[in-house]
Amino acid sequence: MSIIYMLLAISVVVAIIFFVAFIVSVRKGQYDDVYTPSVRMLFDDELVKSPKKENQPVNKEKFK
Amino acid sequence: MESCFHCGEDCLEELITYNDKSFCCAGCKTVFEILNSNDLSYYYDLQEAPGISPKLQENKYEYLENAEIVDRLLEFDHERTQIVSFSIPSIHCSSCIWILENLHKLHDGVKSSQVDFPKKTIRLSFTAEEISLKNLVILLSRIGYEPNISLDNFEKKESEHDRSLIYKLGVAGFAFGNIMFLSFPEYFEINEFWLDQFKYLFRWLMFSFSLPVVFYSGKDYFISAYKGLRSGILNIDVPIALGIFVLFVRSTAEIVLDLGTGFFDSLSGLVFFLLLGKFFQQKTYSFLSFERDYKSYFPIAVTRISSEDEQIEEQVQVYKIRKGDTVLIRNEELIPMDAEILEGQANIDYSFVTGEADLVNKAEGDKVYAGGRQKGSIIKLKVLKPVEQSYLTELWSNEVFQKDRSFGFQSLTNRISKNFTIAVLSIAVLATTFWLFADPTKAWNVFTAVLIIACPCAIALAAPFTLGNLLRIFGKKGIYLKDASVIERMAAIDTVVFDKTGTITTTGQTTAEYEGLELSDKELQMLGGSLKASSHPLSRSLYSILQHHGIRTPDSYKEYVGAGIECDFEGNRIKIGSARFTGEIDSEEINNGKTAVHISSNEQYKGCFSFRNTYRKGMSGLFQQLSRDKYIIVLSGDNEGERDRLQSLLPVESGIHFNQKPGDKLEFIRQLQHGGRKVMMVGDGLNDAGALAQSEIGIAVSEDINVFSPACDGVMDASILSNLADYFQLAKKGVSIIQASFILSLVYNITGLAFAVTGNLMPVVAAILMPLSSISIVIFTTLATQILSKKLKK
Repeated sequence: MSIIYMLLAISVVVAIIFFVAFIVSVRKGQYDDVYTPSVRMLFDDELVKSPKKENQPVNKEKFK
Repeated sequence: MESCFHCGEDCLEELITYNDKSFCCAGCKTVFEILNSNDLSYYYDLQEAPGISPKLQENKYEYLENAEIVDRLLEFDHERTQIVSFSIPSIHCSSCIWILENLHKLHDGVKSSQVDFPKKTIRLSFTAEEISLKNLVILLSRIGYEPNISLDNFEKKESEHDRSLIYKLGVAGFAFGNIMFLSFPEYFEINEFWLDQFKYLFRWLMFSFSLPVVFYSGKDYFISAYKGLRSGILNIDVPIALGIFVLFVRSTAEIVLDLGTGFFDSLSGLVFFLLLGKFFQQKTYSFLSFERDYKSYFPIAVTRISSEDEQIEEQVQVYKIRKGDTVLIRNEELIPMDAEILEGQANIDYSFVTGEADLVNKAEGDKVYAGGRQKGSIIKLKVLKPVEQSYLTELWSNEVFQKDRSFGFQSLTNRISKNFTIAVLSIAVLATTFWLFADPTKAWNVFTAVLIIACPCAIALAAPFTLGNLLRIFGKKGIYLKDASVIERMAAIDTVVFDKTGTITTTGQTTAEYEGLELSDKELQMLGGSLKASSHPLSRSLYSILQHHGIRTPDSYKEYVGAGIECDFEGNRIKIGSARFTGEIDSEEINNGKTAVHISSNEQYKGCFSFRNTYRKGMSGLFQQLSRDKYIIVLSGDNEGERDRLQSLLPVESGIHFNQKPGDKLEFIRQLQHGGRKVMMVGDGLNDAGALAQSEIGIAVSEDINVFSPACDGVMDASILSNLADYFQLAKKGVSIIQASFILSLVYNITGLAFAVTGNLMPVVAAILMPLSSISIVIFTTLATQILSKKLKK
């Protein structure tokens, strides 16, 4: 049953990893604007349908 | 009526057809052309008629050539990379985001752009060598997204987000989940060999998870309780802090002495729910600012004529303007300092500052005050007082702008918490005393259990959730309040003071009444043509008011500064302007204080159009509704010309006061408050700023909530002003919901106390009771507020 020490350690470590990821994302400002990215995300798909791609391949990097 | 393909407005004045699409003005058409030729017409597919008609004035952005100003505006400046952020009030739909983030397709100098939609800001990265800041701003303005650059931008205050609440909430949630998970085995008290083996490890793990909850997430409660106690107030945070402290101490003691698992789960859950409530209440409207002062209204720079050589015009930052400098003010520009007119005819719109609707005419040698907007021709001014010392800015040094308004207001929660704390403490003492004699071993347990179970988690959650919900409901309807406490204060208001101009009257449309000899169709057509040619503000507004049945273009056009215009049409002459100019010498020049435009045709006086303010729709109804339980007062910066009309709108017992200067309004509110009244001020301009700050609640009414509004507790869309009485009702009902939730949470507390005083509080009972009470309060308040808002819709 000493495996439980290991399992506990793993569970706590995993939890802490997620917690740190959360803190980092808040610190980077990901929660400052929670609306615009939801709209922006949709543009990429729509752009493919748009006719203008013929002369100018869309550079997806630019939409970051 | 065709509507514009670009902006969706009806094509009233003209109709331009281009590419089989109709446009209301050349500006809209130009934007379409720009976008279309750059393969950006997808803009119009995203949303129908998403555009904004561009209004670009020449020379407006000259000051962006001044290196010092540019330097101040740039966030980052290194070699080929410059970063700048602008606030763009006209951002309103997904098309806006799309076009602004594709700005690099319009100009190669723009590297990337990112829109923050809730805040209505854009962050642009560009190369100044390829596109200067000035051209960048012009590019934005040309496609209808004119950035708002004011003196406020000049003072670079890093608007750092206060994210500490999110961190605290994250820490508490993280610990709460893990502790629940670890304490699960012990809930069932299974005397299983391996569980007994591991329970010490589990307990110490829980202990370590609870440390950040108590000392980081919960620290605000300790600080607030300490502050409250020091100033002799038993606020709601006192019993909360006591509860957290006792929970922690007792739990630690239990695991150290091996008496049990402690209440770490309840402890972290409690803090988590409390913070959740705080987070919920903290609804902010990031695109609005409630702290604005004259700085967001004033321009960042003015045109100065260097004194050595009268010819050189330069753009100078307004703070650098000294007494004695000569400055130029163009049409639609704001006068940022007190000055004397050297040259030109000033028609100054002071409505924002003084509340007077009429333009003020000033001639050479007259003094003008800061805050007015020049309409018409260019004027040259000599500065008498720099910005910081001007008449308007001095208003801001009044102490009302420094004080914290919520201070002194006792919220319902805090009022209850005083009695609550006293009751809990006495129960704790009584129960402990009883057990000291009955069974001393249980005394410590009972004492701590009472304090734990009585921790007013549910009470503390009732107000944040109710008010937070109401705040959102208000926001959806068009009243944006600064914070949730405003709603509670609103329920207590007994006097409502309205400003007149711009608040209960509309700012844009005025109506004009014609008095005099009837004008023939031909004369009306000539009138239309002459007015169209003139750029004078009165001509513009009269032109937009009049119905046009075709217009004639004048053969010759002459403008006499300060008098009027004269136009010739195939031998017919029409004169439009002041009474004297049109030859009506003996007319009452005063005209009851009304603004009028006089007309003569072929040197024969015809009559005059006098302008009248239009009152917003439903004002009379609103006053009737409000007057049932509130006293209504109207303060106006205007003269008494409108007294009769106003009186007919208002209930008999209300007060009307005219000729109120900004300082008078402030003093008036203060007098009312001395008389024990709780005052709400409803105003619109800088002239009301003092009164808005002095009153219990200051609400700024605005036709476009994105444009400037003075410091206040709430911004209200002018179109819903007539519903104000409903919102008072809603606020009152909100307070009743809070009261009902208090009763509900008291039931929980009493149930818990029954366990506690008998010495039977098991950790599992606490772990169930606490979340249950919190969650049921949240559900109750949410449902109740939803039902209220549904009713409001009907």
